Amino acid sequence: MIHRTSEISLFDAGIAAQAATSALRKLDPRELVRNPVIFVTAVVAALTTVLFVRDLFTGGTGPDAGANLAVVGQITAWLWFTVLFANFAEAVAEGRGKAQAASLRKTKTETSARKLADVAATDWQSVPAASLRAGDLVVVEAGEVIPGDGDVVAGIATVDESAITGESAAVIRESGGDRSAVTGGTRVVSDRIVVRITVNPGESFLDRMITLVEGAKRQKTPNEIALNILLAGMTIIFLVVVVTLEAFAVYSGITLPVVFLVALLVTLIPTTIGGLLSAIGIAGMDRLVRFSVIAKSGRAVEAAGDIDTLLLDKTGTITLGNRQAAEFVPVAGINDRDLAEAALLASLADDTPEGKSIVALARQKFGFQAGSAETPGYTFVPFTAQTRMSGVDTPAGSIRKGAVDSIIRHVGEDAVPRDLRQSVERIAKAGGTPLVVARDKRVLGAIHLKDIVKPAIRERFATLRQMGIRTVMVTGDNPLTAAAIAAEAGVDDFLAEATPERKLELIRHEQAEGKLVAMCGDGSNDAPALAQADVGVAMNTGTQAAREAGNMVDLESDPTKLIEIVMIGKQLLMSRGALTTFSIANDVAKYFAIIPALFVAAYPQLGALNVMGLGSSSSAILSAIIFNALIIVALIPLALKGVSYRPAGAASLLRRNLLVYGLGGLVVPFIGIKLIDLGVNALGLV
Amino acid sequence: MDSAGLLQIALYLVILTALTPVLGGYMARVFGAGPAPLDRVLGPVERGLYRLCGVDPAREQHWTHYAASLLAFNLLGLLALYGLLRLQHGLPLNPADMSAVAPDLAFNTAVSFTTNTNWQAYSGEAALGYLVQMTGLTVQNFVSAATGIAVLVALIRGFARRGTRTVGNFWVDLVRGTLYLLLPLSIVLALFLVWQGVPQNFDAYVTAQTLEGGQQVIAQGPAASQIAIKQIGSNGGGFFGVNSAHPYENPTPATNLVEMLFLLALAAGLTDTFGRMVGDRRQGWAIFAAMGVMLVIGIGVATWAESATNPALIAAGVDGLGGNMEGKEVRFGVANSALWAVATTAASNGSVNAMHDSFMPLGGMVPMVNMMLGEVVFGGVGAGLYGMMIFVLLAVFIAGLMVGRTPEYLGKKIEAKEIKLAMIAALTVPFGVLGLSALTLVVPAAAASIQDAGPHGLSEVLYAYASGTGNNGSAFGGFGANTPFHNTALAVAMLFGRFLVILPVLAIAGTLAAKKTLPASAGTFPTHGPLFVGLLIGVVLIVGGLTFFPALSLGPIVEHLLMTQGISFTGAPQ
Repeated sequence: MIHRTSEISLFDAGIAAQAATSALRKLDPRELVRNPVIFVTAVVAALTTVLFVRDLFTGGTGPDAGANLAVVGQITAWLWFTVLFANFAEAVAEGRGKAQAASLRKTKTETSARKLADVAATDWQSVPAASLRAGDLVVVEAGEVIPGDGDVVAGIATVDESAITGESAAVIRESGGDRSAVTGGTRVVSDRIVVRITVNPGESFLDRMITLVEGAKRQKTPNEIALNILLAGMTIIFLVVVVTLEAFAVYSGITLPVVFLVALLVTLIPTTIGGLLSAIGIAGMDRLVRFSVIAKSGRAVEAAGDIDTLLLDKTGTITLGNRQAAEFVPVAGINDRDLAEAALLASLADDTPEGKSIVALARQKFGFQAGSAETPGYTFVPFTAQTRMSGVDTPAGSIRKGAVDSIIRHVGEDAVPRDLRQSVERIAKAGGTPLVVARDKRVLGAIHLKDIVKPAIRERFATLRQMGIRTVMVTGDNPLTAAAIAAEAGVDDFLAEATPERKLELIRHEQAEGKLVAMCGDGSNDAPALAQADVGVAMNTGTQAAREAGNMVDLESDPTKLIEIVMIGKQLLMSRGALTTFSIANDVAKYFAIIPALFVAAYPQLGALNVMGLGSSSSAILSAIIFNALIIVALIPLALKGVSYRPAGAASLLRRNLLVYGLGGLVVPFIGIKLIDLGVNALGLV
Repeated sequence: MDSAGLLQIALYLVILTALTPVLGGYMARVFGAGPAPLDRVLGPVERGLYRLCGVDPAREQHWTHYAASLLAFNLLGLLALYGLLRLQHGLPLNPADMSAVAPDLAFNTAVSFTTNTNWQAYSGEAALGYLVQMTGLTVQNFVSAATGIAVLVALIRGFARRGTRTVGNFWVDLVRGTLYLLLPLSIVLALFLVWQGVPQNFDAYVTAQTLEGGQQVIAQGPAASQIAIKQIGSNGGGFFGVNSAHPYENPTPATNLVEMLFLLALAAGLTDTFGRMVGDRRQGWAIFAAMGVMLVIGIGVATWAESATNPALIAAGVDGLGGNMEGKEVRFGVANSALWAVATTAASNGSVNAMHDSFMPLGGMVPMVNMMLGEVVFGGVGAGLYGMMIFVLLAVFIAGLMVGRTPEYLGKKIEAKEIKLAMIAALTVPFGVLGLSALTLVVPAAAASIQDAGPHGLSEVLYAYASGTGNNGSAFGGFGANTPFHNTALAVAMLFGRFLVILPVLAIAGTLAAKKTLPASAGTFPTHGPLFVGLLIGVVLIVGGLTFFPALSLGPIVEHLLMTQGISFTGAPQ
């Protein structure tokens, strides 16, 4: 389901080596104290080390006389390994995050800009867009993308800002006045302008976020904090259990070596999830990065898993970006071939995808060969904001095509055939956009421009519905058109004639019902909605304001990714839950290993609890502590990759995960401890 | 065990289940927003009480005010009861001329009855006059039960409400719980008991001539009224020392069945009240199912254990066909004794009709485990369900993450604050039971109270502190609890076990009430199906079991293993 743009092998040798050294560095108590479970492990490991060293000199006559010195030494070593393995897990995750960020830095410098020395200069120098700093001057000509946010300081040009505003008509941008601001990612359609860059896009924004990804200043997320409290509470409970057990043992006439009590404590406290918790968090961020999405905080990733409502822009997300001509609908008295020919001629010079699709449809349907934009005698009339029509003047007549109301204005209200209104309405009802064609102020008919719903999008929405997520299509279309497309795409709801205000209002309304909302956007006017949404994904091609307002940025500017982002968020939470459940369930088997081992000398009858048939008391305790340490290493890949996630309803997910991690957590350690015990006894370690 | 015993147990479970929706619906109306069911009769009394006390029933309280009212009321009750106990020699209605209760015992008893524990380090007929029994103990039986229900109702409101600052009014909940619920039920049950032969008088003790020609003093008193509320309100403090094993407390098979039913009836009914008040009765039944399964497991283990006979007795040539009858009333037998023992510790009731000390090791372990789990198998009135809610929050949090969402229960997100409060509540049981038991063992003067050598002695200590911390009040017997050390330490255990759970629970109610309620969707963790029931049972057993398994293995578990080999310990511990 989730594809990846780049993959770092789980145990990259370089990362592993670095992680090994940093695992040692993380033994610094100031670092350890951030993780209560591992901190307690380290403290008791230090305690047993002191006891071991003392016994080395005294020959083991202290209170630990019951335990063989070699066993004490081995248990002490495995306690330290437990701490180191936990540190290693975190270090590996951090290392992968750093590697990921480094590759990100390389890839994001691909677009280039033409930099000028001064406004009057004519020769330019090609530089990566990401290297531009505030104050730099760049020249942008027709067909080029403006490399960053800035002000026009010379020239005038029409700029296509549809990527940001959704408005397809190009706007005028000129130096001076309030029309001088241009936005990175928009395209100059005509003429040449000189732009003074006003922001440092690479450094001020992206790099700041990449630093976050590297995990250097990672803050704990809300669920992680809650989980840490739970783990700390359980650690306290087990401390009480082990400390009081000493008193119960003394009453029962049993002397327990301190090192055995320590071993019991460390196997009981949730070291597995405690050791892997931060690795899981870092890896979650990292999975997003591999997907070219940068989250500004772990909190946002977590929130993504909780999303109830997805707001999806129609254009580009649900439908292919452009409409395509699907049908010619002539008015009475005109045959469709004439209409198609007129439409073809009027569109020859039209470079928009819609125009090209009209040409293609006419040629395909009627096999027209003739005509190209260079035909002599043809004068093409380009689209202007005033007339909102385009067309061609030919010796045979002047042809115009345009929106319904503009053609009506062109031909005059009285010259509109009755059946045109019917066909226009039918097209709109079907979710299409009608364009009207006229020759010499006589209406020939309409062209049906159709939104093409992306293939397989319906199935994706069905999947989301199964996950309990409601999809809402947001579009500027009228309600009629919107309803038709919504039905075709299979979204749950739609917002037609959307304005930034209505979008914001919709988000607030959903949130008032207690729902969490995710959306993506790119325009400045999306900024309030992006900020209001619980997960706001800004497109990297979007405006600075949008990127600041969102809590994630998609470097590839692909709005369909919202769906994957939700899945990654869910996977992060599931990984935590699964490993917590596994860790707690593990304790049952550890009891059956250690409790009989501790007391069997005084009460041989308690050997009945040794259901695993472990070799001896010492080997049972040693095996349990070895299992406890090794399971952390064994689960590092799972922590980094996340538990496998197939979209499904909560009930079936819970059933499956309880079976795998709950029941598995009960059973696996029985097998694991038994196998280790066989090994320990075979090697004669005790 | 014979089929008659099984049939009685089955009958008991069926009636208990049938009573649940009846009582649940009634209580939902008592604590709901509308007029209470008996409003026409009791409404004027209720309103009169509010006017008398200057309470504005329409004024809702923030959880902190609710908690402050509750604490102040309970503190006042504790002081009043302590005063009565210390001064009883100068008070009327004391025909047996009981003297003042010693300070440490009075403190222990006052704490015991205000915390709904009813741990009795005294013997009723030998230590207390009628006035103290009636105005001291019985009053606390009512109001401590009403306090527990009030806390639960506040918590339920926390789940049911959204975006509010208040959780109800403690005074209203207290009055309504007492007036509409506990009083009418108690009157009905007391009349039933009187009909069956339980005394209700102010007479002096009767001296009788026995058949053997000996003299016997037969205690009298207003017993029926106190026995009714001690069963209904999960108090458990008997009028007479041997509690419901006494023929005057529990004279007939009918009283035995009815008294056993009221051990759990209200607590079971509250699960349905919960379901109704949160607007989804399936949620209540799911909790009922989880509790019911654990109850049945407990009954199964206990009756199985008690149906066996100690091998040492068989070796000595004793006929062991009747099962383990030591410490049991012959008229109740194995089935009804084991059933009562499990039910009374499942609830935080603590009344007994047999000597738990004389149970087989595993038979005695079941009541002990019930208390160690925090008495969440139905539990005390109110207390059982709000204790279970702590486990529900932990279960939802641990496993709920596995569905890929921030854990939520009934539309409320379970976040760091709730987990912190739940862990505070969860910590009281291990600290109280294990901590104070260990303290007992290391303080020689305290350890001297242990009667038996070997693992059974450890069981006695564990049982006493599990009973105190869990606010149960049943005793394992044998253990000499009436010493200054244990009177004080058990009082501490009872106070911790009561109020260090109530305060976090009320705080949780407050934070939940302030939250938004998320609408359920296909992505929401379903909490009403068998899967959740199984998960909840697993969490209760694993979390509770992990905490107490080491101690139990040195107590009843090893005692059982030793017993099967015929090994026993004699005399007092060294």
